[in-house]
Amino acid sequence: MISRRTLLQAGAVSAAALASGLRPARAANAVGVTEAEIKIGQTMPYSGPASAYGVIGKADVAYFKMINEAGGINGRKLNLISLDDGYSPPKTVEQTRRLVEQEQVAFIFNSLGTPSNAAIRPYLTENKVPQLFVATGAAMWNDPKNFPWTIGWQPNYQTEASIFGKHIVATKPGAKIGVLYQNDAFGKDYLTGLKAGLGADHAGLIIKEASYEVSEPTVDSQIVSLQDSGADVLLIAATPKFAAQAIRKTFDIGWTPVRYMTDVSLSIASVMKPAGLEKSKGVITANYGKDPTDARWKDDEGYKGWAAFVAKYLTPADLIDSNAIYGYGVAATMVQVLKQCENDLSRENIMRQAANIKDLELPMLLPGVKINTSPDNFAPIRQEQLESFNGESWSAFGDLLQG
Amino acid sequence: MSALLHQIFSGLAMGGIYAILALALVMIYQATHLVNFAQGEMAMFSTYVAWEMIDSGMPYWAAFALTIVLSFIGGMLIERIVIRPFAHAPVLTIVIVFIGLLLIFNSVAGWRYSYTIKTFDSPFPDKRWFGNTLMSSHESGAILVTFAVLALVYAFFRFTPLGLAMRAAAQNPASSRLVGIRVGWMLAIGWGLAAAIGAVAGMMAAPIVYLDPNMMLGILLYAFAGAVLGGIDNPWGAAIGGFTVGVLENIAGAYVVGPEIKLSVALVIIVGVLVVRPSGLFGRTLVTRV
Repeated sequence: MISRRTLLQAGAVSAAALASGLRPARAANAVGVTEAEIKIGQTMPYSGPASAYGVIGKADVAYFKMINEAGGINGRKLNLISLDDGYSPPKTVEQTRRLVEQEQVAFIFNSLGTPSNAAIRPYLTENKVPQLFVATGAAMWNDPKNFPWTIGWQPNYQTEASIFGKHIVATKPGAKIGVLYQNDAFGKDYLTGLKAGLGADHAGLIIKEASYEVSEPTVDSQIVSLQDSGADVLLIAATPKFAAQAIRKTFDIGWTPVRYMTDVSLSIASVMKPAGLEKSKGVITANYGKDPTDARWKDDEGYKGWAAFVAKYLTPADLIDSNAIYGYGVAATMVQVLKQCENDLSRENIMRQAANIKDLELPMLLPGVKINTSPDNFAPIRQEQLESFNGESWSAFGDLLQG
Repeated sequence: MSALLHQIFSGLAMGGIYAILALALVMIYQATHLVNFAQGEMAMFSTYVAWEMIDSGMPYWAAFALTIVLSFIGGMLIERIVIRPFAHAPVLTIVIVFIGLLLIFNSVAGWRYSYTIKTFDSPFPDKRWFGNTLMSSHESGAILVTFAVLALVYAFFRFTPLGLAMRAAAQNPASSRLVGIRVGWMLAIGWGLAAAIGAVAGMMAAPIVYLDPNMMLGILLYAFAGAVLGGIDNPWGAAIGGFTVGVLENIAGAYVVGPEIKLSVALVIIVGVLVVRPSGLFGRTLVTRV
């Protein structure tokens, strides 16, 4: 039985909670920063279809914990509030507004997903809140003129596709290229990048483009059409399930083009194994990080540091999870930026420093890959290494390439 | 020419899977005049159950049989526990229940088995049959399984007393009750059969599309198109519809409309059939005396 009194009490409590949530902003030039801490916000798909990426958020939190235990940055602890958005853009908007307006975070860091980040970008731009190192490979984040508050991190899809394009021109100038791409921003970025890499003179090498929708059961029919076109190079711009289907189908129908595949799908466990290790032999991809399953890095200092970090702050399964490694790298980049800020932690300066990273090398990036940003370059990582699959693991060949 | 044949045969293989799932839809439709939107997700969940058994070392066909039995029981339980209370609710309410089931199965599978794709082995040998280069042995096998399921369903309804009782309960519940048929249980058995048939569809589809919680979403759409095309109250029609949709989809995608709107072909078929011939190619026109 709810009496009138308890109802009133409950009302008073929630009103108080509301009021405390709406406390006034701290010193206008350094929102979310006190002498003791820096408050940072983030949304992650801890539930829903993209929940495999949730481990990135866990790695981010763990990395900041490590920094805090070592004394923080200039005496300030990092407080990362990482909320679940279920990979649903409306929820991302809701959670981000909560982070900015209620929690008063200094900035948004490494929120995941192309549609999710696209949904919050106008809001953050309007409120001049930095949207740092978004966890997506779309090319749209490198647009400092129109969106000076948003910056990416990993090599974007266009960069990678253009690396492939340049490689094709260099190694197989008379190639006939077929492209399998996902019919959305991701796949189309790939097409754009490939054309840029081929250059105007060689754009005609693409003889067939076949798209698929994520709701389709298989891409078998598309692969048959691509084979029928007479292509001898196949670019697979597909997410893991469809990439595995494409690799298997090319093999099964006895088609042997040179197969280039997006690094989105380079996971051995969830793509190459389902496709069949034998059937995946010879597939080429591009990568910028160290593969933890590669014996080459067993005695590497960077890898040892990573393994020690996992042992102390994460679970054993994360050791070979490329998403966890990704989080480890992004968080380290963030720490570098905050160090560069010294004691001026205004949003303006945080953004200025994020666009002022010079030749930063990270333990789990491939040797020679350097992070560089400037006011007109919001694409921090631009170099990648070509690798081909030997039936067991990826093996690198050639030099580092820049897209 | 060989590409055309390839498209046709790979369409037939997928079409076989649409046909089995369409049969499952028909099972429930015949009894209740409702389309179970959760049919695909139930099939997906059954496939995970089978995967778990195979992964733990059980031989394929044992896991196959056990999964069908478990799915049958599961389907009956769903009818008894979840659907029964809504027996007299308006159609829209029941549709919402179906969608709820769809979401529940999808999320529970993702939570329990994760969203990363898994391989699901085919029971058929890796070697191609009879030097057939157009279809893998699994694709040929899946088509044979489709025919087997179809024959079993036909024989069940045509020659067994239980099948007769089920048909009676669907066509005239009141009279059936008067002659002693337990109509409520017939519905439950219908659900069980649908779940069991769906499980076969899932286990045949998984080696082709890989096992993941979203694997049946697209397949259900095509199966629905197949069922509507063939006539949703007719098992033979639904099966032929499934095969037709599988082939049409590939041919249209490759030669007519292009892959961008390949998926829309299914929707065009559904709408087209409903406008021109609502009972489907082989369905009975329903006449109600008022």
